[in-house]
Amino acid sequence: MSLLTVSGIESWYGASQALFGVDLTVGEGEVVALMGRNGMGKTTTIRSICGLTPARKGRIVFSGSDITHQKSFRIARAGIGLVPEGRRCFANLDVSENLVATARPGQWTLDAVIELFPRLGERLSQSAATLSGGEQQMLAIGRALMTNPRLLILDEATEGLAPVVRDDIWRAVRSLKQSGLSILVVDKTLSELMPVADSCVVLEKGSTAWTGSPADLTAELQDRYLGV
Amino acid sequence: MTRENVVSIVLLCGLLILPFVAQAAGYPFYMTLATRMAILAVAAVGLNIALGLGGLVSFGHAAFFGIGGYAAGVIASHAMNGEHLLGFAVPASMPVAWLIGMLAAGLVAIVTGLISLRTSGVYFIMITLAFAQMIYYFAISWPAYGGEDGLSIAMRNSFPGANTARPSDLFLVSFAILLVVLLFFWRLRDSRFGAALQAARQNEGRVAAVGIEPFPIRLVAFVLSAMITAVAGAMYAELNRFVSPSMLSWTMSGELIVLIILGGVGRVVGPVAGAFVFVVLEYWLGGLTERWQFFLGLMLLAIVLFSPGGLMGLLAGKARHD
Repeated sequence: MSLLTVSGIESWYGASQALFGVDLTVGEGEVVALMGRNGMGKTTTIRSICGLTPARKGRIVFSGSDITHQKSFRIARAGIGLVPEGRRCFANLDVSENLVATARPGQWTLDAVIELFPRLGERLSQSAATLSGGEQQMLAIGRALMTNPRLLILDEATEGLAPVVRDDIWRAVRSLKQSGLSILVVDKTLSELMPVADSCVVLEKGSTAWTGSPADLTAELQDRYLGV
Repeated sequence: MTRENVVSIVLLCGLLILPFVAQAAGYPFYMTLATRMAILAVAAVGLNIALGLGGLVSFGHAAFFGIGGYAAGVIASHAMNGEHLLGFAVPASMPVAWLIGMLAAGLVAIVTGLISLRTSGVYFIMITLAFAQMIYYFAISWPAYGGEDGLSIAMRNSFPGANTARPSDLFLVSFAILLVVLLFFWRLRDSRFGAALQAARQNEGRVAAVGIEPFPIRLVAFVLSAMITAVAGAMYAELNRFVSPSMLSWTMSGELIVLIILGGVGRVVGPVAGAFVFVVLEYWLGGLTERWQFFLGLMLLAIVLFSPGGLMGLLAGKARHD
């Protein structure tokens, strides 16, 4: 059964149309890779799902409810946790406050997040602004998990991170998948993304161009849709 | 113990002990100055919830300060004349005045907050200012309580166990209120609510994306802030034995903002440091020149340019998350 169904959404930034009809589905416990070259609409799709750039046309259904025109805080409360591009932690709060401020009841508690990212546990009283890029990314994921989402959305979670830190993030993503959490992930590291994804959605010029399993995303398709 | 905690304790102990030392040395007037410092600090702690934690630059907090002042004045006036207030006999009691002031200020804050908090930046400043001016002009045209001339308090309201006519007792009551509101501010800042409020100050959209609706959080902060400022206003009226529309004027709102900037925005004891410097400058420089505010302005400029953490930043270093 699908947890999230996006049907033909069209979104604008002011007078500029960015999405021309995006369709995607995320099932319960499924990891879906949202792919495409830069500027094809991946982040806008995520922003539309989360209510930050509301879709003007089309429909977004989450867990049986239409959330197309819901306010973003209601969408988050419905169970969609966002890890935004560029991490964007609350720099004026410490690590603990960043996590606790967003907490909602569920299996993801402060202890559970620290177990997933032990480095955060060592820096609980440290200002988020003073964390390294990797630690900020862990904090951003932890913050989203503390909302106890049913769907976690990761937008370029490993971008700009050192390889060893990327490994930590991907290890966490695999662990989250094993726990049964549904994940919609945008990332350019195909070698890490493909093994963890159950299905792929490729965007081109603001609309869905291809959908299938990672095994079906051949080198030719990768070259056509993802090559520079 | 952090450096900020040490500085805070030294500052508060100094504020508590020095007026008694001065009184013993034959300078009883310093007790009144210290009381003024404590009361202004309470008002600034109230505003610090909205401004320091929530980033809400309210230019209308004089309204809440004045509402508290009028609550004390009106109760004292009715009790003195044996008149009922809205059909009820009111005791000349400070806690009753605080309660009425807090309720009235809270109600006004809900109404003004519901409108002003839908805006931000300069619009928020102007709307809060406009509401405060409306209340200011209402007080001016309210002859029953003195209108433009204000209302004298012949005898201060009472406080259990204290002789409020005695300056030292009034100071101790004011200092106790200061300690309570500082403790409240500290617990609020470190609570989940405080974290969400500070996060909303940084980025409203990002807060919404993690399931927190910023509006009600800000409204609650605004109302709490108003209620604390009202208590300070009630004490200010008790101290001066007088309440007038000047307590509601926009310059009072400006003074409260200056206190916070001087002491350190968002710092727990920042308002105390700000009030200390403000009152000392007002008294000391005011004795030298009528234009003492010029020097206050220079000091404010220096603080803003060279120490964004205010005096607490200078004394105790950067705030936890500066």
